[in-house]
Amino acid sequence: MENTNEMTIIFDSRPVNEGLARVTVASFCTQLNPTLEEVADIKTAVSEAVTNCIIHGYEGQVHKIKMTCSLKGQEITVDISDEGVGIPDIKKAMEPLYTSRPDKDRSGMGFTFMEAFMDEVKVESEVGKGTTVHMKKTIGR
Amino acid sequence: MEPVFETAGTCLTILLPAELDHPASDIIRRESDRIMGRIYIRTINFDFRRTTFMDSSGIGLIMGRYRALGMRSGCIRATNVSSYIIKLLRLSGVHKFMEICDAAEVSGE
Repeated sequence: MENTNEMTIIFDSRPVNEGLARVTVASFCTQLNPTLEEVADIKTAVSEAVTNCIIHGYEGQVHKIKMTCSLKGQEITVDISDEGVGIPDIKKAMEPLYTSRPDKDRSGMGFTFMEAFMDEVKVESEVGKGTTVHMKKTIGR
Repeated sequence: MEPVFETAGTCLTILLPAELDHPASDIIRRESDRIMGRIYIRTINFDFRRTTFMDSSGIGLIMGRYRALGMRSGCIRATNVSSYIIKLLRLSGVHKFMEICDAAEVSGE
């Protein structure tokens, strides 16, 4: 039987929970015996996605962020969703250095880091409904 | 682990915290803006010796401080940088406008 495992957490969109989210995923993925670099990559990608929910999705207001992680064989999948404002133009949002909030000293590198550090990144979004980021990475390649 | 700010002449050194994420970057941005409003700063040295985690918020912080130096023809430096931090600096392209000294280089001085 193939090795599978899954967990979901729901937390407030407060900046302090960015640390909680990445440490939770790092801890969950240790079952796959990742290298330190693989853990760092996943933590950075998760931090980017959660920061996006807080700053852009909910624009600083406190609502709920849902994060689901699952393991299948050596692959980890992380889905992070908010029910915030949504992204009108996903392609543009994912361009390196593009940010809708230059006033906040945002680098516009969030999606670029997610794509660089994970094997797969997919974004689903609907304006006024929210955004979900799906990410996958195979450990120990 | 709180960030530590030190000034010597026109140089501001920021000893960064262990995790340079969005909340940490906000605190550092506010404090460095306050210092730069009070003292004429031309060089900002980001000391990464304690830093084990960074995301794009840290990159935004560096880009913002570079813009803040603007017309002063100053420079931005990163010291005691681990290979992971170097990877992020290169990937984002900010390494092009900053001086980077890795941990080995500094200890060899």
